[in-house]
Amino acid sequence: MVTTNPPTTAFPVAGAAAPARRKIEVCDLRLSYGAKEVIHGISFDVFESEILGVIGPAQSGKTSLLRCINRTIDFTANARVSGVIKVDGEDVRSVKSVYELRRKIGMVAPLPVGLPLSIYDNVAFAPRTAGLRNKNQLDVLVEKGLRQAALWEEVKDRLDSLGTKLSGGQQQRLTIARALSHQPEILCLDEFSIAIDPVTTMRIEEVLKELKKEMTIILVTNLVQQARRLANRTMFLWKGEVVELDANQVIFGDAPKDRRTYEYVNGIFG
Amino acid sequence: MQTADAARFAQTPFVRKKHRAELLARCVFGGMTLGMIVPLLLIIGYLLCQGAPLLSWAFLTTNPSSGMRKGGLWPALLGTVWLVVTALCVSAPVGVFAAVYLNEYAKDNWFTRIVHLAVVNLAGVPSIVHALFGLGAFVLFAGLGRSILAASLTLAIMTLPVIIASTKEALASVPLSFREACWNVGATRWQTIRRIVLPNSISGILTGVILQVSRTAGETAPIMFTGAVFFKNVEEGNLFAYSLKDQCMALSMHLYTVTTQVTNAPEPLPYAIAVVLLGTVLLVNAAAIAVRVYLRSRKKW
Repeated sequence: MVTTNPPTTAFPVAGAAAPARRKIEVCDLRLSYGAKEVIHGISFDVFESEILGVIGPAQSGKTSLLRCINRTIDFTANARVSGVIKVDGEDVRSVKSVYELRRKIGMVAPLPVGLPLSIYDNVAFAPRTAGLRNKNQLDVLVEKGLRQAALWEEVKDRLDSLGTKLSGGQQQRLTIARALSHQPEILCLDEFSIAIDPVTTMRIEEVLKELKKEMTIILVTNLVQQARRLANRTMFLWKGEVVELDANQVIFGDAPKDRRTYEYVNGIFG
Repeated sequence: MQTADAARFAQTPFVRKKHRAELLARCVFGGMTLGMIVPLLLIIGYLLCQGAPLLSWAFLTTNPSSGMRKGGLWPALLGTVWLVVTALCVSAPVGVFAAVYLNEYAKDNWFTRIVHLAVVNLAGVPSIVHALFGLGAFVLFAGLGRSILAASLTLAIMTLPVIIASTKEALASVPLSFREACWNVGATRWQTIRRIVLPNSISGILTGVILQVSRTAGETAPIMFTGAVFFKNVEEGNLFAYSLKDQCMALSMHLYTVTTQVTNAPEPLPYAIAVVLLGTVLLVNAAAIAVRVYLRSRKKW
C-alpha cells in the first residue's frame, strides 16, 4: 500500500474566527502489539472546543489511538508506543501523574459498562478515586453528570439501585455520566452508539452538541453519517494511517483530496 | 392443507434416530451421576450404623481413657480444629494476596509463567512429601519442634497452591471491562481491586478457602511427623487447652492409630471417629455453601 500521509492540516475550526488552540497534538505516533505494528506513524492535532470525528473500518487503529492518548495502553503488556502525544502541550508520557491525565480525559467505551455499584456510586466513583469525600460536592457532581448525560430525569428517584440493572441505552448514558463526573477537558467517545437504539443515540448527539461548548470531543465512530452530523473536522483512518483529515465540508464534499475518502464516505468501499 | 402440515411436522427416520441418541446420552450421564451418589450415601449410612452405639455428646467432649478403648475424642477434635484454624490463618492471606498479585499486577513474562507452573506443580505434590518438607524446614531447621505451629505451617504449604488457583479463578471471573472502566477514570490498580474486583470475587475466594478446610482436616501424613501425637490429655471443655507450642491429637491421626495400633478397641470406635471427622468436614462445607449462596444472591451483574 502506498503511504499517503497528508501533512497535518493546521485548519482552524470551520467557522471560527480566530485559529483555535491546539488541545491535543499527535506527532508520528507508532504503536505495535508484539511484532505487529497497528498504527504506522500518524500525526494530527485536535483543537480546543471542536468535535473531531474519526472514521474508518474495524482494525484501523481507532480504539488503540484513544488508548494511547489516555495511556491505558500501558495495561497491555506487549504494546510499544513511539512518537509524541501532547495534551495541553505536555507529553503524556512524562506527565507527573498519569491518573490526573486520565481524569482530564473522559473515555466512553463501545459497550456500556455499568460498574456493579449503585447508580450514584457509579458516577461518584471517579471523584472519589480522586480523593473527594465531601457528600455535598459529590451530590452536585453526580447530578451534573447525570443531567449532562440526559439520564437524570429517568433515574433521579432510584439513585440507590444497581447501575448494572439499567437498560443498555441507560447504561451507556451512565457510562457517559461517569466519564463526565471527573470534569474532563477532553471527551473521547469510542463508537458509543453501537449498543443503543437510534432514539437514544440522537439524544446523546444533542448532548454532545451542548458539551462541545465546554470541552474538546474526539468522536470515534463506525457511522459515517454520525461524523458528518456532529464533527467539525473528520479524520479518515485506514489500516493505521491517516488517509485524510479535513473540515467536514471537504471530507463529505464532492472533492476530498484522497479518492479513498470519497469512496468510503459515499459507501463505494468499506 | 392439514395433510401438508402433518407431513411437514411428521417424524423422519433421522429425527427418531436423534431421539434415541438423546435418550441414550441422558441415561448414560444420569447413570454416572447416580453411580457417584450411591457410594457416598452407602459410606455415610454404613459409618452411621456402625458407629451409632458410641455417638453421644459425651463422646465429643471427654478425654479417651483405658488406652483409647473408652471415653471420647475431645483432644483429637480440638486438635483438628486448632490445626485447621492455624493453617488457614497462614495460608488464606498468603494465598489470596499472592493470587491477587499474580492475577492483577504481574506482567505476563517468563518469570510469572514459571511461577504459575510452580503453583500448579506444587498442588500435585503428594502430602507425604509435604510432611517430610515440614519436618525438615519447620520442625528441625526453624527449630519449632513437633508442635501445632509446625504441623499447621506444613498443612498451610500444602493448601497454598489450591487456594492460589481458586482465588485466581475467582478474580479472573470479574470482567476486564470493569477494570478498564476504572482505569479510564484514573483509578489506580489498587483502587480498582479494592472497590470493584475484590467485592465481586469474594464469594468465589471464600468458597475456595473454606473448601480447603476439608482437605486440611482430613490429611494424616503431613501432621504425623510434625506435631500430632498418639495420646494427649487436655482439659475437657476448654477451647484453649492447647497452645501453638504444644503437640496435639488430631481426628485423622486418631482414627489411624485406633484402627492400627490399639488392640481390643471396641468395634464401633473407629466408625464413630470417622463419623465425627466426616461430620466436621461436612459442617464446614455446608457453611461454605451457605456463604456462597448468600454472596451470590448479592451478585450485581
